[in-house]
Amino acid sequence: MSAINQSGWRPEMGGGSGEGAPATFTGNRALMLEEPTIFEIGSTDTTGVDFADGDVAGSRLGDLTRKSAIGLPGLSEPETVRHYTRLSRQNYAIDLGLFPLGSCTMKHNPRLNERVARMPGFADVHPLQPVDTVQGALGVINELAMWLIKLTGMHGVAMSPKAGAHGELCGILCIKAALEARGEGHRKVILVPESAHGTNPATAAFAGFAVEDIPATPDGRVDTAALKARLGPDVAAVMITNPNTCGLFERDLKDISDAVHAAGGYVYCDGANFNAIVGRVRPGDLGVDAMHINLHKTFSTPHGGGGPGSGPVVLSEALSPYGPLPYTARTEDGHVHLIEEERAEEFSNEHFGGKLDSFGRMVAFHGQMGMFTRALTYILSHGADGLKQVAEDAVLNANYVLRSLEGTLDAPFAGSGPCMHEAIFSDAGLPQGFSTLDIAKGLIDEGYHPMTVYFPLVVHGAMLVEPTETESRAALDQFIGALRSVAERAKAGDAALKSAPHYAPRRRLDETLAARKPVLVWKDAPVAEAAE
Amino acid sequence: MRYLPLTTDDRQAMLATIGAKTIDDLFADVPEAARLSGPIEGLPNHASELAVERHMARLAAKNTVAGDVPFFLGCGAYRHHVPASVDHLIQRGEYLTAYTPYQPEIAQGTLQMLFEFQTQVARLLGTDVANASMYDGSTACWEAVTMARRVTRKAKAILSGGLHPHYVSVAKTMAKYTGDVLETSLPTLGADTDIDALIAAIDDDTSCVVVQYPDILGRIADLKPLADAAHAKKALLIAVVTEPVALGAIRSPGEMDADIVVGEGQSLGVGLQFGGPYVGLFGCKEKYVRQMPGRLCGETVDADGKRGFVLTLSTREQHIRREKATSNICTNSGLCALAFSIHMTLLGEAGLRRLAALNHAGACRAADRLAKVPGVELVTPTFFNEFTLKLSKEARPIVRELADRGILAGVSLGRLYPGEGDLANGLVVAVTETTTAEDVETLATALQEVLA
Repeated sequence: MSAINQSGWRPEMGGGSGEGAPATFTGNRALMLEEPTIFEIGSTDTTGVDFADGDVAGSRLGDLTRKSAIGLPGLSEPETVRHYTRLSRQNYAIDLGLFPLGSCTMKHNPRLNERVARMPGFADVHPLQPVDTVQGALGVINELAMWLIKLTGMHGVAMSPKAGAHGELCGILCIKAALEARGEGHRKVILVPESAHGTNPATAAFAGFAVEDIPATPDGRVDTAALKARLGPDVAAVMITNPNTCGLFERDLKDISDAVHAAGGYVYCDGANFNAIVGRVRPGDLGVDAMHINLHKTFSTPHGGGGPGSGPVVLSEALSPYGPLPYTARTEDGHVHLIEEERAEEFSNEHFGGKLDSFGRMVAFHGQMGMFTRALTYILSHGADGLKQVAEDAVLNANYVLRSLEGTLDAPFAGSGPCMHEAIFSDAGLPQGFSTLDIAKGLIDEGYHPMTVYFPLVVHGAMLVEPTETESRAALDQFIGALRSVAERAKAGDAALKSAPHYAPRRRLDETLAARKPVLVWKDAPVAEAAE
Repeated sequence: MRYLPLTTDDRQAMLATIGAKTIDDLFADVPEAARLSGPIEGLPNHASELAVERHMARLAAKNTVAGDVPFFLGCGAYRHHVPASVDHLIQRGEYLTAYTPYQPEIAQGTLQMLFEFQTQVARLLGTDVANASMYDGSTACWEAVTMARRVTRKAKAILSGGLHPHYVSVAKTMAKYTGDVLETSLPTLGADTDIDALIAAIDDDTSCVVVQYPDILGRIADLKPLADAAHAKKALLIAVVTEPVALGAIRSPGEMDADIVVGEGQSLGVGLQFGGPYVGLFGCKEKYVRQMPGRLCGETVDADGKRGFVLTLSTREQHIRREKATSNICTNSGLCALAFSIHMTLLGEAGLRRLAALNHAGACRAADRLAKVPGVELVTPTFFNEFTLKLSKEARPIVRELADRGILAGVSLGRLYPGEGDLANGLVVAVTETTTAEDVETLATALQEVLA
């Protein structure tokens, strides 16, 4: 994640690139192609879709026929393909190179996932079809659920949350429901480490809790003593990330969980960093009560330029009864049931001793089915042995990066032991006037997306590097060389870094202007309104 | 293993560089008791592409595919023809495997696409602005309700009986935690929406009225009087559009003075996929833009003065504001927004209008044909591509029986509102450009047989 304009740069500062290179008529630079918006090249009369001929008479629209123009430009098929192809070439992507974003797990997205998701039996099925006609789809959800439960050592799983933050909300609402069922709804405080991702306190606040920070220790972990001291009858839960946002394993997590449970609270674990431990450690063994899993991180479903994600939540025995509707259940006859509001009570009585008491429904329909097929395909491809190897190679790669760069960049925790799947550096030692942002922008010219910057806040000028397990040693070596080179340039006071990137499709963009005078839609030049 | 490039030699050499003897040394921080001694038991080991594909194909074969049978389901998810180019373009690695565009210099592809998407959505919905998408229509609807509370500082939301029952269920669940008071009701199996009842229900405590357009039975109503009534009491009108193709034929909610318009974009580019991932649409009036949830893309310039795009107004979002964020949403539905935008670009305005006209004409013909079946009555006189029939028997068992005969006959109101006797004979039928005259005839004939 990047900061907004922290370097104080403005466009007037100049520093243009390619001085001396000849101008071109088009503004293009060979394969670096400028592309206008559809509003500048399309027309409302043009369409790239052919329709059946035939009459379209008859109207039952009341008086509500649309009379005014909408303003939607169209393009023919060749123009459309060209427009979006040209735009795509202005994006960095995993398919192009190492994508070192800490806590995002930018691993290779297997194409088998895409093939399977597009099988008509998964892609062309409506969520409200009679359940006997969708036993395969319900079977996928159920099989994936079983894998997630076994990989995490938990008791149950909520499959419906649509993304990680949505999963956090689900977990916190299960906790809230469990407390209320125990008559302890007066517990209003949730403890969250200072290093947590912003979604953690935002989620807790949404659910009506007061958030209190827990400080970190100098070795980058949660201050266990401070946490335990704060526990009490008003504390509902602790939200913890493990491995944490500094890329370190929270050694005391079992101890913390025991203390929290003894004090009557629950443990929520942010599972964003599960890639470090999948197949080697089970959060259930560490006393976790709820953990969301980002299928688009650990389980390779594509990031898609910003979603869609999927955030199923594994639940302990204490919390499983409160999970949201709907859920799937396989009975002994092999039939897979979809339990919605209608059958929830009856099914609970028949199969769960009447203990289930869902907190409600989080989304229409059943969850991110398209992501379930992809994730299950990936999990079946790796299997239990492969997933264990995933975690090992992810941790190996991150430690290789850490040890290769700790001589160049300040690595605040490198002295106290290994990191997990991501390595963290700080801006200590950079000369006056040079910042983490400059290193990030310099890395762009080297042909990389920058690592996560300025997160977590507990490390000054943080740079969080997560290579993932799908990088070869050669790819790692090249990345290490590039980051080392940029860091050395910063330490040598290379002014060109202040105006990097020089070679990207765009130079640094004025984010202050964008926020001060937001232009969020295209505005046509004023013309007379077209009426029908 | 095909996704793991490291060789055994690599691993050994890298361990040496790190100064560790074995990989276990790097997991030293894991307490002894939590260390697993080997791969987790009871789970299979790795498998080839061939084996995995076979396993998944067997599961896929157990589903009835909408395109293989006469198919009439709607109610919040619609089967439209997605042009072949869309799926090819979204699978380009630069879109599929890109990240959220936080480093805008190397994400102008995603950012310009989002800017175009926001503009298309705003124009379609008739709002001043739109965001870069939400998870889906149901969560977008809920976010609109909480936004109305922030804007009006009131907490009573009135939800129309014509709002999708899953959307109502989501709102009821979330309202338990936010203190919003919801007034809800059931739809009636009749010709009229509940606009008049909603107008009568608005009072000084009302933060918003939420109405679906067309509604769950397919009915269309003029929203302007409702907007006026809401504004008179300083409340907001939220309109929910679950079938955006309808807006190629009927007036937009924005034109009728709705304050917030949300919707489900699935119809364009996205495909049924058994319920997700979908794409939530969210638009509103300019004056409310700083209260909008979700990501926003804005235009700016770079150091060379060239036009470019960035994510903006991020102080609304939780990674900056933490507890004080406008919502806890982090991601949007980027790839689905791209698919929607590409499909919309291929259609263009003329194409969208033609597509909408074909949908409506097909639905009119189907409604006329089905109304001729003894025991079938057309309940909804106005509709776009989805209408409701009242059968002489309970609809849910009829749907079940027709499924056994290889016909997916629509959504029974019994499925959506179990236990509601007044609605039990209702069947919601959707018709799109993918529905053929033969399909309709097959349904009509079979209906006649099972109702006899």
